[in-house]
Amino acid sequence: MADIELRNLTKRFGDLVAVDSVDLDVEAGEVMCLLGPSGCGKTTTLRMIGGLEWATEGDIFIAGKLVNNLKPAQRDIAMVFQFYALYPSLTVTENLAFPLHAEKVDKAEIERRVTRIARILELDHALNRIPGRLSEGEKQRVAVGRAIIRNPQCFLFDEPLSRLDIALRQEMRGQIKMLLADLNKASVIVTHDQIEALTIGDRIAVMRDGLIEQVASPHEIFASPANVFVAGFIGTPQMNLIAGRSTKPGGGGGLGLSLCNQDIALPLAPDAAAAGAEVTVGVRPRGFDLASESAADTLSGRVDLIEPMGAETLLHLKTEAEELRVVTDHRSAPAHGANVHVRPRAGQIHLFDEHGGRIGA
Amino acid sequence: MARRREIGKAGWRRTAVTAAISFIYFFPVLWIILTAFKSHTDALATPPKFLFSPTLDNFVAVFSRAYQRGGDAVDTKFDLFFFNSIFIAGTSVLIALIIGTLAAYAFSRWPLKGNDLYMFIILTTRMLPPIIVIIPIFLMFRVTGLAGSYVGIILLYSAFNLPFTIWMMKSFFDEIPTEVEDAARVDGSSEIKIFFKICLPQVKAGIAATAVFGLILTWNEYLFALLLTGIETRTVPVAMATAIGGDIGVRWGLLAAIETLFLIPVVLVTFLLQNQLLRGVTFGTIKR
Repeated sequence: MADIELRNLTKRFGDLVAVDSVDLDVEAGEVMCLLGPSGCGKTTTLRMIGGLEWATEGDIFIAGKLVNNLKPAQRDIAMVFQFYALYPSLTVTENLAFPLHAEKVDKAEIERRVTRIARILELDHALNRIPGRLSEGEKQRVAVGRAIIRNPQCFLFDEPLSRLDIALRQEMRGQIKMLLADLNKASVIVTHDQIEALTIGDRIAVMRDGLIEQVASPHEIFASPANVFVAGFIGTPQMNLIAGRSTKPGGGGGLGLSLCNQDIALPLAPDAAAAGAEVTVGVRPRGFDLASESAADTLSGRVDLIEPMGAETLLHLKTEAEELRVVTDHRSAPAHGANVHVRPRAGQIHLFDEHGGRIGA
Repeated sequence: MARRREIGKAGWRRTAVTAAISFIYFFPVLWIILTAFKSHTDALATPPKFLFSPTLDNFVAVFSRAYQRGGDAVDTKFDLFFFNSIFIAGTSVLIALIIGTLAAYAFSRWPLKGNDLYMFIILTTRMLPPIIVIIPIFLMFRVTGLAGSYVGIILLYSAFNLPFTIWMMKSFFDEIPTEVEDAARVDGSSEIKIFFKICLPQVKAGIAATAVFGLILTWNEYLFALLLTGIETRTVPVAMATAIGGDIGVRWGLLAAIETLFLIPVVLVTFLLQNQLLRGVTFGTIKR
């Protein structure tokens, strides 16, 4: 039995459907990341689990118990908010101890736990300060500390790292991942940062317009996106999504397609798409090899823009119809304006049907 | 070479201009304070005297004086009137603050359908000139027997401070992020505890500002006090108006002395609350 279960969960604000019939299971000890662009309903979903927002329809179970009509405090959850939401007039010690007052924990125990959390999160030096006198990183750690000081059924994080600068974010990402592994509770993390989701999550639920587009492990989401949206949303630089038409199925040399007004034979099953079918081909920028000359399985384009990214270089290739993004080793990067031929690597090609759904595994 | 002034600090020229304008604003107050220490002749002197031998006669006369030339000095009951002013203004502002802060929190956090309409309606009583509003209120006070009593005038002032308090406090509550309250809800706090422990400390500055403005308005109010207080509940502004006449014309020195004394409580309260007034509202808990 899953620790958090969402069944047909729906939230409407007037005519706007913020969350649309979401079904989701989070197992005990599992870290689930809700990932999506802003306004996709991920925070609303989290707030409904936390009891800060009533569900319009559907059920929420926490540890097997229906919690639809329970107040946040009765759901046995802990939550970390995007803007930390520390109690401004209370010191760090009081902030950390706050959730324990409601549980009627005795004084000595409160002190013991505060000391322990402060040690884990390196907050010993700041215990008597008020939040206004803390650095961003310290505020973040107090927010996390206030959540883990109790022993709740599950943890909810709303964009926990979005306020930190890049260096601090990377550091905290690792800390939170270790912390969550230790706690071994069902956790839901809302984020719009795919790197955060890919690194912290055991599984990722990609959301768009209130719907869950795909729920899978980070590797699976990346390796076999369920549809065009997920394919385009996950991965940097963004995957090339090239509209095309199937030309000659059943041939011997793979799947024949017309892409960017060029004929190409891709190393896919020849019957993957019917003749004349509109398809979208997805290839990640790192899924191309440079070819020395044009061939049946290459696309050609002119180098329009070169973006060095350190060890690698991102090329923007202009073709007749669409622009291709190709990442190459910086040593083999061609010059601006050069004509190049690129070959999509077998196993790196994603095929989507006319509705954007994935074809094949 | 010209000396550069420190960034963020005004130079002496700007300071001088500000001082000059401030002096113009302060001059009437200064004039009143000076007059309070003048004898009757000095007060009426033309051109005005800036150098004179100060006297405390006027201050003594505030509390005890003869009403007729050559008569015995009698108690003017001004100590009672000062008590009345302090008691009535203090109590009514306190009541308005308590009710208004709670109402403002509700308007801010649990908006009704048509919230803005109610907020507007609350303000409408303040849109009419008091001289119009006083007519029905006067009748109501006659019927209910509230005229002349402390309860009556305190209720009236509370009711009149309430719209202002609600509007001010609502804007302060609107400023503070609701996330903190959500966090407290998750952490198991009751709504009462959230209000008192989490929200109220964050709007301290707002409460102080509202209290000061409310006190000043109530303290100086004349019309309602004139018509609705009795002899025993009279406030200083009303008493002042009746005290100035006499057989030697307007007693400017006496009037100035009353006003000087009358200024002290307001100045005191404002100074005490100044620190609160100047403090930031959210004080850096939240990074936006």
